Amino acid sequence: MLELSTIKIIRCIVCPTGCEIKAKKGANEKVTFEGYTCERGLEYAQQEFYEPKRILTTTMRIENGLLPLIPVRTDKAILKEKLKDVLVEIAKMKLKAPIKMGDILIENILGLGANIIASRDLIKLD
Amino acid sequence: MNKYKVDVVVIGSGAAGLASAVEAKKAELSVLIIERDHELGGITLQCIHNGFGLKEFEEELTGPEYIQRFINEVKELKIPYLLDTMVFEINKDKYLYAVNKQEGLIEVEAKAIILAMGCRERTRGAINIPGFRPSGIYTAGQAQRFVNIEGYLPGNTFVILGSGDIGMIMARRLTWEGCKVKAVVEILPYVSGLLRNQVQCLEDYEIPLITNYTVTKIHGRDRIKGVTISKVDRNFDRIVGSEKFIECDTLLLSVGLIPENELTLQAGVELSKNGGPVVDNNLETSVEGIFACGNVLQVHDLVDLVTAEAKRTGKVAAEYVKSRYDKEIKARETIKLVSGDNVNYVKPDLINKNDLSNDIIFTFRVSYPDRRVLIQFKDEENSIIYKRKKIYVIPSEMVELSINLEKQGIKPDCKTITVEVIPRPEVLIEED
Ligand SMILES: Cc1cc2nc3c(=O)[nH]c(=O)nc-3n(C[C@H](O)[C@H](O)[C@H](O)COP(=O)(O)OP(=O)(O)OC[C@H]3O[C@@H](n4cnc5c(N)ncnc54)[C@H](O)[C@@H]3O)c2cc1C
Ligand code: SF4
Repeated sequence: MLELSTIKIIRCIVCPTGCEIKAKKGANEKVTFEGYTCERGLEYAQQEFYEPKRILTTTMRIENGLLPLIPVRTDKAILKEKLKDVLVEIAKMKLKAPIKMGDILIENILGLGANIIASRDLIKLD
Repeated sequence: MNKYKVDVVVIGSGAAGLASAVEAKKAELSVLIIERDHELGGITLQCIHNGFGLKEFEEELTGPEYIQRFINEVKELKIPYLLDTMVFEINKDKYLYAVNKQEGLIEVEAKAIILAMGCRERTRGAINIPGFRPSGIYTAGQAQRFVNIEGYLPGNTFVILGSGDIGMIMARRLTWEGCKVKAVVEILPYVSGLLRNQVQCLEDYEIPLITNYTVTKIHGRDRIKGVTISKVDRNFDRIVGSEKFIECDTLLLSVGLIPENELTLQAGVELSKNGGPVVDNNLETSVEGIFACGNVLQVHDLVDLVTAEAKRTGKVAAEYVKSRYDKEIKARETIKLVSGDNVNYVKPDLINKNDLSNDIIFTFRVSYPDRRVLIQFKDEENSIIYKRKKIYVIPSEMVELSINLEKQGIKPDCKTITVEVIPRPEVLIEED
């Protein structure tokens, strides 16, 4: 049998058991997963290995709002490797109050297919 | 002095205060919410990360989104609230005193009081660190407020002491804001927050997690210049020679939360081992008509559980106003709950014997992590009333159980119940 070498260790966070799943590669370049206890774990490991995604939550600057910032998030998980670019893009912007929760503040950010939406209402400072 | 007279007064407008106020209002009582901050919402407003609401709404929300739904409900129901108003006294006759800028001193007379003041961050552990007291030392929650609400960064290079969830979440947040987090230092051999946060907040950004270490010296006179960390042995004594210096301009403390209990104590309410008030299964404290829910009762890790607890509290407080208030009722006959092996504390502290035929919700935390355990409820004669297997327990995750003790065959003369979490005997493992 061919020797498999571990190329990545993924800690499953789907449930508190926290299985350690190993992504292994054999001589035929095929990747296999070991160490998961259930199907959900395997799915998670595959997603994490091939295309890790995260919801981004941050804040955006606001003019004339009750607060100087509004919390925002992506409405879908985006590629982990793009988080930084998105943060930079968001930091360039400054918006005006009032804003309602769920308002789309940036549409299809950097063409990633996700919108930046407001996480709360923010009234104007009077 | 301005005077208010209501059926139910709620102190605090976090997740607990809002949900309990909504329930009391739905029971057609007059309700008043008092909040010391300048807006409704509590701590959840600054928790801008996601991970809220999976139980309550079956979707994953950020803290502000979660709480906005309750703020909207309070406004729709036209529940009156006072902002920028600090409650500073509850006297023995259950009169409550507060102050604000517009009205000055306020007196509130209420039939029932709901304590929902949340928790505060511990600073213990830092107090014993030698060195000067330079600027640049904050609790993780303070830093979270600066960054997420007020909009400024408290420093550039950070060391975080304690691996609680707030600390780990702040490590990622600060990294995203362009700061450098040099390390998260944990005195215990394991992370004290959730695995999910360890993976997504630290490992994703290669932030070193240093376990079995603590900060033993703070360097700098005006501004902190760095910290010395040392390895500790099993008794948490530092091991001489293990010291390492880490340069940083800010130290964040994430060493735990404790129920905010000043008002509780003042009201003459008895406190229990976890720092929150002693309550019965109706979340009523030792003072009749004073109820508690949320982090002021016990520190929760999931806001959804806070909401569920607060809804129950709102309902029982309303029931109290309608059927028990001002009536002679003979002393409650109760069963006492005791924390046994590997149980840090258990809520409620008391069970009313009249309620034994109801489903009662028990919550507790273990003292240390363990796998393949048996949760047991025993009476004073060691007969087992209830048992349940669990694969995994960890102090950072509160365990919640709903049990009908009568159906479990509790003896009518039972006086105390001990809750324990013990390793599963081998025979039982095979049954899995
Ligand atoms: C930093 C942090 C991160 C968290 N992250 C998550 C998460 O990711 N997912 C999750 O599900 N849960 C999370 N939680 C847990 C959950 O959000 C909290 O347990 C919950 O919001 C607590 O609600 P509360 O109403 O008990 O307290 P709080 O929200 O703290 O509300 C208490 C309120 O009482 C007010 N108050 C206090 N004293 C007085 C007084 N004397 N007079 C007037 N007002 C007063 C305070 O100003 C405050 O607004 C987190 C908690 C914290 C602290
Ligand atoms: S693999 Fe399955 S059992 Fe293991 S942590 Fe993931 S979800 Fe839980």
